[in-house]
Amino acid sequence: MPLVPNQTDPAVIRNFCIIAHIDHGKSTLADRMLQFTGVVEERQMRAQYLDRMDIERERGITIKSQAVRLPWKDHVLNLIDTPGHVDFSYEVSRSLAACEGAVLLVDAAQGIEAQTLANLYMALEADLHIIPVLNKIDLPAAQPDKYADELAGIIGCDPSEVLRVSGKTGEGVEELLDNIVATVPAPVGDPDGPPRALIFDSVYDTYRGVVTYVRVIDGHLSRREKSMMMSTKAAHDTLEVGVISPEPKPVTGLGVGEVGYLITGVKDVRQARVGDTVTSVSGAAVKPLGGYQDPKPMVFSGLYPVDGDDYPELRDALDKLQLNDAALIYEPETSLALGFGFRCGFLGLLHMEIVRERLEREFNLSLISTAPNVVYRVAMETGQEHRVTNPSEFPEGKIAAVYEPIVRATILSPSDHIGAIMELCQSRRGVLLGMDYLSEDRVEIRYTMPLGEIIFDFFDQLKSRTRGYASLDYEPSGEQESDLVKVDILLQGESVDAFSQIVHKDKSREYGLMMTAKLKELIPRQQFEVPIQAAIGARIIARENIRAIRKDVLAKCYGGDISRKRKLLEKQKEGKKRMKTIGRVDVPQEAFVAALSTGSAADKKK
Amino acid sequence: MPSTLPDGDPVPSDGALPGSALDGLGDRPFGFYVHVPFCVTRCGYCDFNTYTATELRGASREAYADTAITEIRLARRVLGDADLPVQTVFVGGGTPTLLPADDLGRILDAIDKEFGLAADAEVTTEANPETVDAGYLARLREAGFTRMSFGMQSSREHVLAVLDRTHTAGRPQQCVRWAREAGFDHVNLDLIYGAPGESDADWRASLDAALEAGPDHVSAYALIVEEGTRLAAQVRRGEVAAPDDDAMADRYLAAEQALGGQGLRWYEISNWAADEESRCRHNLLYWTGGDWWGIGPGAHSHVGGTRWWNVKHPAAYAARLTAGTTPAHAREILDAADRRFERVMLELRLAEGCPLNLLDDAAVRGAVADGLLVPEAYDAGRAVLTLRGRLLADAVVRDLTP
Repeated sequence: MPLVPNQTDPAVIRNFCIIAHIDHGKSTLADRMLQFTGVVEERQMRAQYLDRMDIERERGITIKSQAVRLPWKDHVLNLIDTPGHVDFSYEVSRSLAACEGAVLLVDAAQGIEAQTLANLYMALEADLHIIPVLNKIDLPAAQPDKYADELAGIIGCDPSEVLRVSGKTGEGVEELLDNIVATVPAPVGDPDGPPRALIFDSVYDTYRGVVTYVRVIDGHLSRREKSMMMSTKAAHDTLEVGVISPEPKPVTGLGVGEVGYLITGVKDVRQARVGDTVTSVSGAAVKPLGGYQDPKPMVFSGLYPVDGDDYPELRDALDKLQLNDAALIYEPETSLALGFGFRCGFLGLLHMEIVRERLEREFNLSLISTAPNVVYRVAMETGQEHRVTNPSEFPEGKIAAVYEPIVRATILSPSDHIGAIMELCQSRRGVLLGMDYLSEDRVEIRYTMPLGEIIFDFFDQLKSRTRGYASLDYEPSGEQESDLVKVDILLQGESVDAFSQIVHKDKSREYGLMMTAKLKELIPRQQFEVPIQAAIGARIIARENIRAIRKDVLAKCYGGDISRKRKLLEKQKEGKKRMKTIGRVDVPQEAFVAALSTGSAADKKK
Repeated sequence: MPSTLPDGDPVPSDGALPGSALDGLGDRPFGFYVHVPFCVTRCGYCDFNTYTATELRGASREAYADTAITEIRLARRVLGDADLPVQTVFVGGGTPTLLPADDLGRILDAIDKEFGLAADAEVTTEANPETVDAGYLARLREAGFTRMSFGMQSSREHVLAVLDRTHTAGRPQQCVRWAREAGFDHVNLDLIYGAPGESDADWRASLDAALEAGPDHVSAYALIVEEGTRLAAQVRRGEVAAPDDDAMADRYLAAEQALGGQGLRWYEISNWAADEESRCRHNLLYWTGGDWWGIGPGAHSHVGGTRWWNVKHPAAYAARLTAGTTPAHAREILDAADRRFERVMLELRLAEGCPLNLLDDAAVRGAVADGLLVPEAYDAGRAVLTLRGRLLADAVVRDLTP
């Protein structure tokens, strides 16, 4: 039987993904698989073939997943690429749900990292067959025996079952492909039932509209039938069905177990959401596949154009980004300090950084972003409740309780750093849940912690206190009531909304001192004294003074100085126009940027 | 190192001025600035257009007077035949007194011959105290000079050393006495405050020493660390501390107090004079939109809203004039907005201040409320800086201009 799409026997299909930490070589291994299976010739090969966005290639991470169909020895392998970051764990779970097997790829010189472990647990929960693989065995620093033991301990296999490969040299890759064929179960579904296909990714393409990546579970998706999204019941013409190998190739349809894409002409990824079920209008399925969730933003930040005139451009850019990012939400907001902008919701810090970077890079915007914050639930004594996504909107009046989101954090680290990690977590209001040794010298430490503490510089602190060795993963774990207060920052008695922050009461003074000191350095002296205060309600908790400037005049202004001086004053006048005026205080943009930067906690390359 | 010249529009090779500049020529006061671009050594803080002997590359002090006279004749051609009596002449540098007194006299004669000096013309030269003596000053007075301006800078040896000034403390006061003996009615002393290592007490001492010599005019300047100077490099390397603005403000207040206490009244931010006659009319011409022709390398000129400036190097300057072309490097023709801005920028520095119709009224009222402008002057229709306003004059200009 030929291996053409739409006519492939599920028995010869193997759907798998690769679970790996950001720099453990997943993309390089995927490149090697493309080469070994002959879908990409050597001369066409470019590094990290499957990572399409510039940011992905630069950061060496995968943001959006992809799927590629690889022929291998009378079988069809579908490699479903998964995002590798905690912010996108829902997307990861949907990619996993499209597979029967997972390659657990670990750097033979570094061992498993927290996010990989988290994704591994997700794969085990999804009942995937796990193939443990150590990569980079060509490195001089590789310790394959040590890490084979570690992996075997974690997944409960024999160390000899851990495969050893080098994505760089290609060593062991053929054996890995054979192992996938031999051990990953073939997909099983009802070929005659109503069609049901799982959306595991949805990508906006300028020319083609939304390209939706699907895995067919039951029945058959045909390009001749109208398709329907089960969550919204919206019907769309099916314009194209295809597979990626490694470029898109139209086919007549997709059968049980097959992986491919669907183009319906929709222009917005929110109309074809990850996790939704696609069926056909005629003979529609009744029951959607399980596991669908609406994306839920966890982190919020205000985005403002540096130049207020760019506001319409920012709005258009967000509209365009949203076509490709169903998790991005935003609504207009006005800040006294920063002007017109948007309050944006993100899945996490990395998501936030990526959006910001894309806005600046792809749309050529200069932005100021406020410090990220989480969502608070505030219950008033009157029984009223507020959902606060912007600290400056923290309600006044008698508050009964404030609830903040908490996460379950998992940290993997060499055991030498246990003390430093515990100290850090404790200082961030963490509660220790437990600790396990993964191997002789590596531990897994679990904490419950407020998400608000994680997004404030936690990751950078963790990295610096463990010399870069610790890795972090976390998952939402509900909310808790906490003693939280809003700290306002006042310039000459006027509150600067962009600097308001919600912090734990015990840390409010520390925050106030830090911000007032920082602003004293950043704001130039004015013609009058400027008090900078931090306040909780009417109570001042920290204060600094910017002394008035006493001299702002050039002593000499003779015949030869006049042109130069006029130009200098005009330039200074322009500079002043670019400042934001708070009350009477002129604050340069750079001061906002510097005061609001927290040293972001998102994953960066080590 | 001299600072760089501003960019501007090209100047026709004959130096011709636009019609707009020549409009009303003669209705405005007219003067000459003569730049003498020579120094024995370059002071560490100085970014003026001046050259030591080894930097002259073929230009010579000996030939300078003749070259300058060539430009005076060019000025006459460019400005036409209009009756244009010269109200003021100011010879600056560099060190003008490195030239023989006769050379300065010949330059003055050429101005008189081409244009005619007004009967009450003010004729000033700057002088470094170590370069003149009683005889030299007497010759200048004979040649027609009416006003001397001595670069005293400080009365403290260690401050003079930091500034690279080579005269001894006490010499400037001696120069004032010689000038008086030679018949100069008007004598100015230049002072600099805020040099690295200068204390408040040093500054007080300098003010007292200057006042004791009995000048009828004092200029006191805050030291400016100009880019490209040796001082700027020393500050950048952390070898000397940059002058502190708060200390500068205190010194300015000390100057106002000391000079005012001896009957010298401020009439421009950095200038104090005993009476109306003692004010430097030449400098007032700069500040009130008068016309002047700047003779010499790097010299700036202004005639009727056109500003131009000469090539900087003395050798290039001489070569241009020898070839019969203008030494002007570039120029700018000011539009109405530029002229208005300049008027505010310059007139606000004066004790007479600036008429309110040039200014943004709401901003003016704000500045009065903030104590930067004198309320009584505002009621009389003028914006006049208070003492605090003088120290913040640049900010006031930025705030009051539209």
